[in-house]
Amino acid sequence: MIQIHGISKSFGNVVALQDINIEVQEGEIFGLIGPDGSGKTTLIRILTTLLLPDSGTATVMGLDVVKEYKNLRRVFGYMPGRFSLYEDLTVEENLELFASIFGTTVEANYHLIEDIYKQIEPFKSRRAGKLSGGMKQKLALSCAMIHQPKVIFLDEPTTGVDPVSRQEFWKMLKSLKKHGISIFVSTPYMDEASLCDRIALIQDGKLLSIDTPTAIVGQYEKEVYAIVSNKKHELLQDLRRYKDVESAFLFGSHIHYSDQKVSFDPRELIQYLEQLGHGEIEVDKIEPTIEDCFLALMGNANKTADA
Amino acid sequence: MQTRQPMPNEYSIDVQNLTKKFGAFTAVNEISFNTKKGEIFGFLGANGAGKSTAMKMLCGLLVPSSGQATVASFDINKESEKVKKRIGYMSQKFSLYQDLTARENIRFFGGIYGLSNKQIKEKTDELMERLHLTDFANTQVGDLPLGWKQKLAFSVAVFHGPEIVFLDEPTGGVDPVTRREFWEMIYATAKLGTTIFVTTHYMDESEYCDRVSIMVDGRIEALGSPKELKAKYHVKSMDELFLQLARPETVKIF
Repeated sequence: MIQIHGISKSFGNVVALQDINIEVQEGEIFGLIGPDGSGKTTLIRILTTLLLPDSGTATVMGLDVVKEYKNLRRVFGYMPGRFSLYEDLTVEENLELFASIFGTTVEANYHLIEDIYKQIEPFKSRRAGKLSGGMKQKLALSCAMIHQPKVIFLDEPTTGVDPVSRQEFWKMLKSLKKHGISIFVSTPYMDEASLCDRIALIQDGKLLSIDTPTAIVGQYEKEVYAIVSNKKHELLQDLRRYKDVESAFLFGSHIHYSDQKVSFDPRELIQYLEQLGHGEIEVDKIEPTIEDCFLALMGNANKTADA
Repeated sequence: MQTRQPMPNEYSIDVQNLTKKFGAFTAVNEISFNTKKGEIFGFLGANGAGKSTAMKMLCGLLVPSSGQATVASFDINKESEKVKKRIGYMSQKFSLYQDLTARENIRFFGGIYGLSNKQIKEKTDELMERLHLTDFANTQVGDLPLGWKQKLAFSVAVFHGPEIVFLDEPTGGVDPVTRREFWEMIYATAKLGTTIFVTTHYMDESEYCDRVSIMVDGRIEALGSPKELKAKYHVKSMDELFLQLARPETVKIF
């Protein structure tokens, strides 16, 4: 559905993308996961024919993003990161405009957007600029879907959105997947990784890893321990000073700790912490999260860069 | 148990029945809470719950419809100009001038807050070193990576030694490593006695706070330490609690 081969892009001295290779299958939810400035938007703009790559090739639905951009623009859906509908048109007018641009009607494809659109239909005569953030999102997705695209690009649809609205948005994506639509979505939220079929982790324009979320977690080499004590603020520093520490990172109420030694004995660590005055210490072995993997991969990437 | 009247100045922020109405719409509905010196206070809520409106009132930028609040012991109704001098503020959207260099931004904000040129100069060099920014001191802020920008913005917000610093989604979009470094800066600042008032959409970050409040439809629905709140509502994580309070009918899918 989407094929990306060796795509690179620089802006002046800044390398935005470096040798990106990705294949996205039909009907897949593919997540591009990385922080701001990692290259997510640049890649999506290249795939949506809005930006030319410096080198490499990419096709979407078999159409080349550079040579066949005119044909390609008719067939994909795109929801940019910034709200880009007409704020002084009503909800209904925006939707009709998008349908007519693509030579179709709202009625012809209503079944595709019904689940999403019916939530904002009561406000259909309201100007788009007067909608709440969550409603704007639903309208933007409806407009991106109205010409029945087979593949849709969503650039950070959930950034700055509260956890509740993020969940609702992902539910909408799951329902679109049922219609056989391939979804290419970027996000800075690591916890959204598990909702994708496959993900690529991106940092500084380079892919750190690309696989299913389960496989990426499976490749994590170290054991991860969640540690908590009654001296929350000191715990992190004390763990980082421990003789065999590999890494220690804040993770909500706990600190995720990995040890250099395979033969790590938690009892030894507990003793060390007790000597430093910690009490109520708990050390539990846990499954690493995608964020643990991202942190470890980022660490490796920096080590290679320094070497 | 006898309730004790707080001494003047005991609370860095003390809010009683604070309300803001826009026409018929009540954005903030009689909220009451207080924060202690050096406390990290997480101010949570869904988009549109009233967080920004409440924060604007506390920063002296918006006049309340009713209710009282003192910030750094100054009345936000009567002494909003004094409040502004004693607080720091940063948000993801506005923090620094992108077309000024790091050094120029510091000088500008230091000057606004009435620091002398000598003070600014001394503190700037120290700050640049601490942030490992010395080589980039003369780079336009717009050309710095986001993570550095946010760390610099935070440093600028606390440069004049405010009693309270307001952080509005300071870590949105920042990479996981920098996000944690940012919180370590927050811890260090709180330890020196500055109160941190912070909003975030990352629920794992709410666990880093000493206490949090969760706003729903203009009211404070829950208030306490993350540990207390999780125990009270029988949930495992703050994420779960947030979803339960903010939109009870939403089924958890993460």
